Order: sequence, then structure tokens, then C-alpha cells
Amino acid sequence: MLRAALPLLWLPLAGAGATEEPTQEPGSPGEPPPGLALFRWQWHEVEAPYLVALWILVASLAKIVFHLSRKVTSLVPESCLLILLGLVLGGIVLAVAKKAEYQLEPGTFFLFLLPPIVLDSGYFMPSRLFFDNLGAILTYAVVGTLWNAFTTGAALWGLQQAGLVAPRVQAGLLDFLLFGSLISAVDPVAVLAVFEEVHVNETLFIIVFGESLLNDAVTVVLYKVCNSFVEMGSANVQATDYLKGVASLFVVSLGGAAVGLVFAFLLALTTRFTKRVRIIEPLLVFLLAYAAYLTAEMASLSAILAVTMCGLGCKKYVEANISHKSRTAVKYTMKTLASCAETIIFMLLGISAVDSSKWAWDSGLVLGTLFFILFFRALGVVLQTWVLNQFRLVPLDKIDQVVMSYGGLRGAVAFALVILLDRTKIPAKDYFVATTIVVVFFTVIVQGLTIKPLVKWLKVKRSEHHKPTLNQELHEHTFDHILAAVEDVVGHHGYHYWRDRWEQFDKKYLSQLLMRRSAYRIRDQIWDVYYRLNIRDAISFVDQGGHVLSSTGLTLPSMPSRNSVAETSVTNLLRESGSGACLDLQVIDTVRSGRDREDAVMHHLLCGGLYKPRYRGALRCVQAHASYPLPQPVQRRSCPGRVGRGTWQSTCPQRPPRLCPWTCRQAGTKASRPWRAWHPRPVPRPHL
Amino acid sequence: MGATHSASEEVRELEGKTGFSSDQIEQLHRRFKHLSGDQPTIRKENFNNIPDLELNPIRSKIVRAFFDNRNLRKGPSGLADEINFEDFLTIMSYFRPIDTTMDEERVQLCRKEKLRFLFHMYDSDSDGRITLEEYRNVVEELLSGNPHIEKGSARSIADGAMMEAASVCVGRMEPDQVYEGITFDDFLKIWQGIDIETKMHVRFLNMETIALCH
Repeated sequence: MLRAALPLLWLPLAGAGATEEPTQEPGSPGEPPPGLALFRWQWHEVEAPYLVALWILVASLAKIVFHLSRKVTSLVPESCLLILLGLVLGGIVLAVAKKAEYQLEPGTFFLFLLPPIVLDSGYFMPSRLFFDNLGAILTYAVVGTLWNAFTTGAALWGLQQAGLVAPRVQAGLLDFLLFGSLISAVDPVAVLAVFEEVHVNETLFIIVFGESLLNDAVTVVLYKVCNSFVEMGSANVQATDYLKGVASLFVVSLGGAAVGLVFAFLLALTTRFTKRVRIIEPLLVFLLAYAAYLTAEMASLSAILAVTMCGLGCKKYVEANISHKSRTAVKYTMKTLASCAETIIFMLLGISAVDSSKWAWDSGLVLGTLFFILFFRALGVVLQTWVLNQFRLVPLDKIDQVVMSYGGLRGAVAFALVILLDRTKIPAKDYFVATTIVVVFFTVIVQGLTIKPLVKWLKVKRSEHHKPTLNQELHEHTFDHILAAVEDVVGHHGYHYWRDRWEQFDKKYLSQLLMRRSAYRIRDQIWDVYYRLNIRDAISFVDQGGHVLSSTGLTLPSMPSRNSVAETSVTNLLRESGSGACLDLQVIDTVRSGRDREDAVMHHLLCGGLYKPRYRGALRCVQAHASYPLPQPVQRRSCPGRVGRGTWQSTCPQRPPRLCPWTCRQAGTKASRPWRAWHPRPVPRPHL
Repeated sequence: MGATHSASEEVRELEGKTGFSSDQIEQLHRRFKHLSGDQPTIRKENFNNIPDLELNPIRSKIVRAFFDNRNLRKGPSGLADEINFEDFLTIMSYFRPIDTTMDEERVQLCRKEKLRFLFHMYDSDSDGRITLEEYRNVVEELLSGNPHIEKGSARSIADGAMMEAASVCVGRMEPDQVYEGITFDDFLKIWQGIDIETKMHVRFLNMETIALCH
């Protein structure tokens, strides 16, 4: 693609700052031997990585400084502060070195800075919400971007014809269309940076953000097509070229999505087999996602779409397959990388703006562009929403439309694309660069600053943070089934019908292929929520100083004060994988993977004691049929200190009756015996 | 639905009662005839003709809901043996999209009706409360699609959900207080703040719906 592989590292600082290399070749002819040098200054050897690390460090320190003042951060979004910091730093570098050294290089940007952000958003995208609103997202992304590009380009050309743009800006209609195509795309980085501080409701957020991700394909195609038309010269463009342009839209977008899905499949499949090599799991996730990006980039397809689809597609299977620790590692690494990349991008945007050799000012062009992008976006949103509301289950009201049009932020992608233009083919490049800088600054700073008060003033529905509840999960599932059933009765193959079909296909074929057998067995969303809630409750309960199992007489031996409880509390035991606290000797004996063992441990402890001490007597009906036996009261061992494996083992009761429907096995059975083989003890008839 | 005078009158009457438009009523009538085999009423056995419904784990509850007297507004409890077209439409009207241009009161009313439908599905013995046993039943059915989850797990999930509901509805409880079951008001409390309107509707083929809701 035109995103050519420019220098991958920042331009080394040639002048100021570099010191002379004092080392000399020992034994070089005609020179006296220098003797042993006690200390050498070898700047040039570490220069490039050192500079990279320094920039990242400066960015992170800046973030810390910003967040020291709560007042500032509540008013001003971080991206604004970072851009302003970049401006300041750029000014300093300019003053010191007399030339602007650091720029946002398109190569670095597209290959290193953008992928983490897109991967992070794709992986953590709420897929249910995304697919529910997919129609709206696609409409805005494709139709909206095309509309914006053409109208802005045509309007600017009209402005030039009308004489409001100075004639030194030598650009024809195609040049303006090219400029329109790169300035009209909503930028995912900017949207993310601003919207995540505003907390609008999820539907609105997913529509704007989804649009910013999916319009990459359209932007790529438009940019490429317009650029090649400009290079060919407008006289040589034929009708077939237009058709090819339209066809390439489909190729680029569908091809990018296909690449992403292929890599998602590969990723899910590989993580199925990593049971013995847990340590490489996070690495696999990042590598394969990055490979998806690079492959799509190489084939001139939409790389952002590839990574988004990869993240969306693989998440369910990967999360089921990898261990608990790997999941945490993946999550935090992704967030860190994305946050770091975002910080650097905004800072570099600020710095790059200072280099005045790259831009040339024309007021007509700048003001015209600003006005047109705002106006045409608002118009486009209104028109499309009117059409969409005929089809949507929940219509988008006027307030949503205002936020959507105002939230169409432009950012670093537009800047990188404009820098990539070839000045020989497009003489007006400098004017375009200046305009882009102004537009990006305007949207990020002005719109970023004002969107929060706007949202508050319009009383936009904010996202409420629902803690996940078991009831909600149950009811959601019931709904899905009811709605699918009603659609079956009516004979109408609607959205729910197809979703149901997809879920069944997934359960039958895909999940069996891509998920580890142990994960596949107990895979159920209701169970997952229940499990997670149990863990959360257990940890918070114990952290508050409660004793699990205290009602049954089992307490952690000699724990006088709360502090010491916290140290050697069950929390720590639960958190260490496979630590020995267990009531069942057989579970310790059988060899199991870390995850299974920790699950079993947790389950035993929770079933055994958690709900009872907490809800003492609250639910008589529940207590009446406690299905699991209470462990027998045990002698307290009088040795203080860590409750280790050995202690528990000896205090374990002899062979408690088998009631737990979990993965306990009978002693002496082979691990291969299916665990459905034994039967639970019959439960007494409930009396309420 | 032919061009006979009385038929179009009937249609208008049904339009008024249930809120569907005449196109939708015709569409549904065709479907009704297909299901009932050209009989004037549908029985439970007719639902076996729908092949896709077999795969649904809570099939029995849904079919039951079609014949539930409370949903048909014919009585406080019990099941009808057969339903005619008007009853069919009544049940379907629970799934129409709520027209948000209506005033807040009507929207709340519609919301309550939909939640009441759901409540009746859970409360199978019509005593006005969802007891623990009924909840367990529901969870077991939901999880029945997955053969690897034991009944005991389903039971503990239901227990947990019930306790959650208790804590939402009643809050702190005395040691000897007993939580009998979830009443309809408690049920509404659980659903406060969550948009059921966006979840519980099916798009019937024609986009126009009359803004009526019983």
C-alpha cells in the first residue's frame, strides 16, 4: 500500500545532543596504543532504543503529572493535555536544535503505534452489542464516510471555483476529493480517547466507535483510488477504473475481515493445545493478532478491519482455553500497550505540528474545511438516522444524533495519510498538511473539551455501571429463547432466529473444534457468571476478615488478629493456583492441571461454607436442602504461621462422602473415567 | 381473509383490540391456519409441527404460556385447552415493539405487561410468587441443553439467584426471617433500570404498528 515502509525508527538526532565517540580502534596503524579506557561514552550504540525509551518515559511522566490535579483532568480530556505538551516539547526541540527533529512518521504510526490500540478495542469489544447494532454501524461507516468524502471534496472545489481559496493552492477536483477522503474518516484513536472519559450510554458509544473502526476499509479504498487517479492524471481515467474502484471496496473490506477471521481461527486452535506450555499463551495472542495486521497490510487490505475481526472472533475461545493468569496477563498487557501507544501518538501530533517547513497556510481552505466537515457530518448523520430508524428496533433520537455528529473526531490517521502524499504529484500538499493539522487539533481540543459539558447539558443517557447479576443473566437467556420461539411460531426468520441458528452451529461444531475439551464441557454463560460471582463474593468476604468455614467449626489455626488473617487468609490460598487447601484427600492426590485443581479447591470451599455464615438463617428454604455435606469439625492444630498444604492434609476428615458434582474422582480410578459415572446422593424433599 | 364484508369488520375489530395493523393480522392469520391445519382453534399438539421449536430448551414453558389463562386474560389460573385466533393475537401482542412516542405512563404500562408475561412463565402454579422450586425448574430447563452440567449445579445456581433476588428486594434479613418467593412487585424491582423494551420484542413483518398497548 501507499503506507510505504519508511524508516522504522525515529530520525536520529544528528546535531545537538550527540557527543563525540571517544573510542578509537586499538592497534590502528600509526597511533599510540591508548591504554585501558576506564570509562567510555558510547552514545551512538544505544541511541535509537534509548530515545524510544526516553520518549515513552516522558509521556508516562506527563500522564502522572496530569493526574495529580483532579480538577484539571475532570475538565480537560487527557488527549488535549498530551497534544499541548507535544506542542511545548516540539517548540523546545525546535529552539534547541534549530530544526524539527521528531515527527509522527507514518511508517512507525501504521506499523507500531496503531495496531495495539485497534487490537485492544477489538478484543474487548462487547460483541453482543456490536452485532446487535451492526446495521447502523455499517451504514454510518460506509455510506456516511462516502458521503462525507464526496461532499467535502466537492464543496472545497466549489470554494476554489468561487475564488475563496487562493490560486496558489494548485488543486483540481481530484485533489480535493483525495483530501476529502482522508479528512472525512472518523478516527478510532481520538474517539476512544475522548469518549471513554465521557461515559455515554453503550449503544451510542458502540455506534460511533464501531463506525470509526469499520470506516477504515472505505478510507483505504478511497485514498488509494483517488491517489492513483491523481497519478494517472484525470484525463486518463476511464469508466472501468471507476468500476474497479467500487469493486476494490468490497475486496478490501471483505478481504480484511476474512484475514482477521482466519487468524482468529488459528489463534483459537493453537490455544487449545497450550495446556503444558502456559507461559507462551499471552505471546501467542499478541503475535497472531499482529500477524493478522501485517498480513492484511501486506495484501493492501484493510488492516484495522482484520485486527478487529481477529479480536472479536477469537475472544470467546481463547478466554476459555487459556489459564487464569494468562488471561490477566493478556488483559493488562494489551491495556498498557494501547494506552502507551495512544499517549505517544498524541504527543507526537503536538510535536509534528511545530515543524513549519512542512506546511503552508491558506485561510480560505482551512476555514472552509472546518465548516464543511462539521456541517456535512451533521447532515449525513441526520439523513442516515432517519433511514435507519425505519428499521431499527430501538430508534435513535435527536439527542443521540447530536452526540453522534459532534463526536465525529478526526485524528492521527488523517495526519499520517496526508503526510504520505507525494508532493510532486500533488502540489498542494503543504496546504493540505496545514489544514489537516488545524482540523485534528480543533476536533481533539475544542470538541474534546466541550463534549463533556454538552453531554451533561443535553442529559444524554449515561452508561450505568451494572454489576453483573445472576438474575439478569438468567433472564437474558430466557428472553433469547422466548424470542427465538416466538419467531419460530410466527414463521418469521428474524434476527433472533439467525442468532439462535448461529449459536447452535457454534455449539456443535466450532466450539468442539476450538475449545479445550475440559473447557468445552462446562461451557455455559450462566455457569460462567455464577462462577465469577462466587469468586468475587468469596474474595471480598474473606478480605473483610470473615472466616470461611467458620460455621462448620473449621477455622484457620491460631489467627488472633485481623492482619494475620489477611496474610495467610484463604484469599491467598485461593489466589495461588493449586495451593493445597482442600477437604478432599483424593483431589490432592490425582494429578490435575493447575486450573482444574484451583477450580475444585474453590468450589469445595465455597460450597462447603460460604453462603451459610453470610446469610445466616436468611433462606430457610435453601438451608433445608443443602446438597453438600458440611465438613466434619476438625481438631485445631496449634501451630501458627502459614496454612500450608501439609497442615490441611492432616486435618482433613477421613474420606468425606462424595456429594460434590465437581471434578472429584473416586480414589483409584483412572483419570480417564468420565466423571459422570458416579451419582450424587439423593437430596431430601424440599419443604418451604 | 377474503374480501367478504364481515371478514374486514372482524379485522378492524381485532385491530382495535390487539393493536396490530391489518396487514400483520392477515399475515398472522395465514400462519395460524397453517399451524392449526385449517381448524378454527389450536391445541398444544399443533405446536409439535414447528420443527425449530424442538431445539428450544424451554419449549414446554413457552407452549404452556400460549394456553395460560392469565395471559389470555380469561382467569387467574389454569390452562385453556385450545385457543382461537383472537387469543393467538392476544399472546402475540405482548411482543410488539413499544412505541416510544407514547407518554411515559403508557410506556410504563406496556413495560409492566411484558414483565407480567415473563412472570407468569416462571410462576407455574399461579400462586403469585416465584418459589425456589419453580426457579430451580427454570434454571434446570435452561441448562438442559448442555448435558455436561449436573443437576446439582443448576440447583446451586438457582439458589444463588434466589438469594440475590432476596437481597435486592428485601435487603438485610433477620436471622429467622424466611423469604417465601419473588412476588410480582419484587420482580419489577429486579428489573428496575433495565430496558426490557429493547429486549422483548419481535419484529413482525410490516413495520407500521398502531400505538396501542393493553
